[in-house]
Amino acid sequence: MLLSSALRVVSADVTPWNNPYPADNAAKSILYSVFQERPKHLDPVSSYSENEAVFTGQIYEPPLQYHFLKRPYELIPLTATAVPEAQYFDARGKRLPDATDEQAVAKVIYRITLRPGITFAPHPAFARRPDGSYYYHALSPEITQRAFTLNAFPETGTRELIADDYVYEIKRLAHPHLHSPVASFLGKYITGLNALARELRHRTYGKAEFIDLRAFDLLGARVIDRYTFEITLSKPYPQFVYWLAMSFFAPVPWEADAFYSQPGMAEHNLTLEWYPVGTGPYVLNENNPNRRMVLRRNPNFHLETYPDAGEPSDGAHGWLAQAGQRLPFIDEVHFMLEKEDIPEWNKFQQGYYDTSGIAPDGFDQAIRVGPTGQPELTDTMRAHDVRLAITTQPSLNYIGFNMLDPVVGGNDRRARLLRRALSIAFDTEELISIFGNGRGIPAQGPIPPGIFGFKEAEAGVNPLVYDWRQGRAVRKSLDQARHYLAQAGYPGGRDPASGKPLVLYFDAATTGPDLKSQFSWYRKQFEKLGLELVVRSTDYNRFQEKMHKGDAQIYSWGWNADYPDPENFLFLLYGPNGKVRHQGENASNYANPAYDALFQRMRVLPNGAERQRIIDQMVALVREDSPWIWGFHPQAFTLYHQWVGNAKPNLLARNSLKYRTVDPVLRAVKRREWNPPRLWPLLLVLIAAVVSIVPAVLVYRRRRYATAL
Amino acid sequence: MTAYLIRRLCYVLPILIGVNLITFVLFFVVNSPDDMARMHLGERRVTQAAVDKWKEEHDYARPLFWNANVDGTARVTDTIFYRRSIELFLFKFGQSDDGRDIGYDIRQRMGPSLAIALPVLMVELLVTVTLGLLVAVLRGTYFDRWIALVCVALMSVSGLFYIVGAQYLIAKLLRIVPISGFTPGLAAAKFVALPIAVQVLAALGANVRWYRTVFLEEIEKEYVRTAWAKGLSESAVMTRHVLRNALLPLITAIVVTLPSLFLGSLITESFFAIPGLGSYTIDALQSQDFAIVRSMVFLGAVLYIVGLLLTDIAYAWADPRLRFGEA
Repeated sequence: MLLSSALRVVSADVTPWNNPYPADNAAKSILYSVFQERPKHLDPVSSYSENEAVFTGQIYEPPLQYHFLKRPYELIPLTATAVPEAQYFDARGKRLPDATDEQAVAKVIYRITLRPGITFAPHPAFARRPDGSYYYHALSPEITQRAFTLNAFPETGTRELIADDYVYEIKRLAHPHLHSPVASFLGKYITGLNALARELRHRTYGKAEFIDLRAFDLLGARVIDRYTFEITLSKPYPQFVYWLAMSFFAPVPWEADAFYSQPGMAEHNLTLEWYPVGTGPYVLNENNPNRRMVLRRNPNFHLETYPDAGEPSDGAHGWLAQAGQRLPFIDEVHFMLEKEDIPEWNKFQQGYYDTSGIAPDGFDQAIRVGPTGQPELTDTMRAHDVRLAITTQPSLNYIGFNMLDPVVGGNDRRARLLRRALSIAFDTEELISIFGNGRGIPAQGPIPPGIFGFKEAEAGVNPLVYDWRQGRAVRKSLDQARHYLAQAGYPGGRDPASGKPLVLYFDAATTGPDLKSQFSWYRKQFEKLGLELVVRSTDYNRFQEKMHKGDAQIYSWGWNADYPDPENFLFLLYGPNGKVRHQGENASNYANPAYDALFQRMRVLPNGAERQRIIDQMVALVREDSPWIWGFHPQAFTLYHQWVGNAKPNLLARNSLKYRTVDPVLRAVKRREWNPPRLWPLLLVLIAAVVSIVPAVLVYRRRRYATAL
Repeated sequence: MTAYLIRRLCYVLPILIGVNLITFVLFFVVNSPDDMARMHLGERRVTQAAVDKWKEEHDYARPLFWNANVDGTARVTDTIFYRRSIELFLFKFGQSDDGRDIGYDIRQRMGPSLAIALPVLMVELLVTVTLGLLVAVLRGTYFDRWIALVCVALMSVSGLFYIVGAQYLIAKLLRIVPISGFTPGLAAAKFVALPIAVQVLAALGANVRWYRTVFLEEIEKEYVRTAWAKGLSESAVMTRHVLRNALLPLITAIVVTLPSLFLGSLITESFFAIPGLGSYTIDALQSQDFAIVRSMVFLGAVLYIVGLLLTDIAYAWADPRLRFGEA
């Protein structure tokens, strides 16, 4: 005990024993976070996943970004001088006021002007000799053979960001060896993109060969002057402006492509996929996806300051305290590999991670339901002065019906009533409570909160599933569901053909034992109506195959917003986006000509009363047809420590690390306070072990010296 | 012995071809090239054209085993199986489906795996052999019965429980070592101490019981009784006679674990965030990266074959009475 106390005193001012970081990092401005899965793509042309955007968002800079604080989400310039306006032209080149008459529009031009003086982060691809030639653009095999990281190329350089870099990246969407997931989609809009892809495919290029895209013209992307470029679309797509805030439109210098395309580089992981180069606030200083990934402050980062306006409550949260100060605030961000939730959660509690989500196993330790019925932090969390941020995500998790299925699909009255009955019986509120720890809002339609078109309270309630009573939405009774079921021709849930309960099938990609209880709960929802639900679990591949072939009957799906526009959710039910016939994102293969016609009008209208009116009609139509059980909008619960500042969640901005602050001194104090080692239990175990051996030794000695007689 | 080893080496090639074939068939029964492409391209906005392009780019657009569209030997050689297999036998692992150099990744990950596996092997041997000898000597005493009870209890607990329990108790409550993580060099000691302790503890029960049985079997033999009769001390009998003659099962236990030294431990590495080879294969299976899966299975097969050969050689060294292949 004494020894333990002495050790505690000695260790009071030194690094805690369980500190996983080097002691000299304690005073540094470093934010510690985690990643569970190594990012597959860091090339902006192919990166599309959330876990990749955590990195690419800090490194690359598309022309636009989302305002960090303002809600609803607002696009603002990043490297551009202004958010570009769409310019509509008819076939004769005459400027049109808008795209209301979509058929009259022959082309749409977005002209983007860049801020001068922005430079790329230091990179060997830019390094030049005094004579102007590039150090590393003609490497010998001997050099590339020895190079496994960028450290093998000590010389670095930079240059100014110009319009050509953006145009070059747009051309890369058509590159034959880069697999941009959005190339096909954007090819429908950007003039000449598909033609360029065909041209490049017809030429024979080696897999890693440098294709100098500067030598190819793309009609839809044109440099006007050093800082100005134009993107031309072949038809109106007002939501295109949001794409200008995504990494697909981030600049890539041709020098990087030329550098990485040299023989031997790709074989040693030296590609843009692993060593990105951009103009953003951070550079990827260490890329070891087996252990950690380190972002370090870009020494060349241009002048950008913290916003001075936001929502009314932002000031009270302290989220305006740094207004006008230069970004970024933190020197380094360390992403540590943590494959399991439990170690991550425990390390957050010890102060070794600065922010954390809440794993299901740790939910009760972090959150309790307060007297007002609202979630609040537990006493343990409060004792550590942990902060909680709750945000409704711009996404939707729903249960879909395959509209091509002969039983639950189709637009006839029977099928509609069957789906409506199921929508009432499926108790989404209970689902959220049991399986989501209350983290979600029941959906009333396809549009999530925070997106134009969403309506709150009574105006937004789905009257076919809910009643509005005493200021809240109340799910209709099961009797109502049974009534619909009987009208559909299934009284008591019985199939008239067999006289037995109607059997329905839920298709799922089983990913773990946790889902079994959820499937069991699904069955109970259907049993309420006398229906039998058979869960057809399969692996991910077979499930995808079923969805692509239209063989699934009922399934669970979700969508996370690409951008904050209702089009990005309503297109999930647009007929020409059907998954089976058109390989689109309409997984239910829902097709209603009236809805499709309204969608065509809605997508080109600016936000306003007319657009809202059309959206209301569309939502009413899909509620009536019920191709989905509307499910819920998930809520993100984020915990962060007292030393982390400006942690306002922004679920669309991928570049929000530049706004974060961290107080390393306070963090070091708290870590020491929370993590003194306790040795006495180990000493007790050791003593017990020794003591337990003594009698054994005595027995042994007695036997050893015992006489035979 | 030499003839025996040459004969064994001749078996290596057909075994490796067989392992490669089985891996290939099993992988492609579950995953089609289309599935792999969709997994790599993501779920959003991916068209069949993009899938076809990915397959072509990654050499998965050919038939699996038999190419009926060409003539001659190309019917066999112009297939995914042939093209993917031939390089393996030259130990050219190539690139993963997402473009990583597999050989480089294996070299990088082997160190952390060894940093845990080697100490585990040594500490485990030291502790279990010592305890095994001790309970063999003290057989029939309360100590023996108490150790038996502890061993059975240790064997009854799931390996995962040891990990989670140790992280909670040692790293969270007592705060003696970090919960998880890794760093190269000597500083790795504080990260690998707990996983090593957990692995040793998890294997302790079964190993002590096993060694106790082995040693007791030797103790009952006549030569040991003769040694006692000669008046040799307890320690001399146990170490010079019993332990030496119990070497064969010891060698088997050690050499068979050699491949796993390199291939790492999946669950331990995953929970302790050790960047070893253990999780490499599972990550590849989850992301349907066939290039990594086949490389790791092939490497595992080679290591097991080498391990078994070493076992045979070690047997001959430990027991000169053994002569392989001789009547």
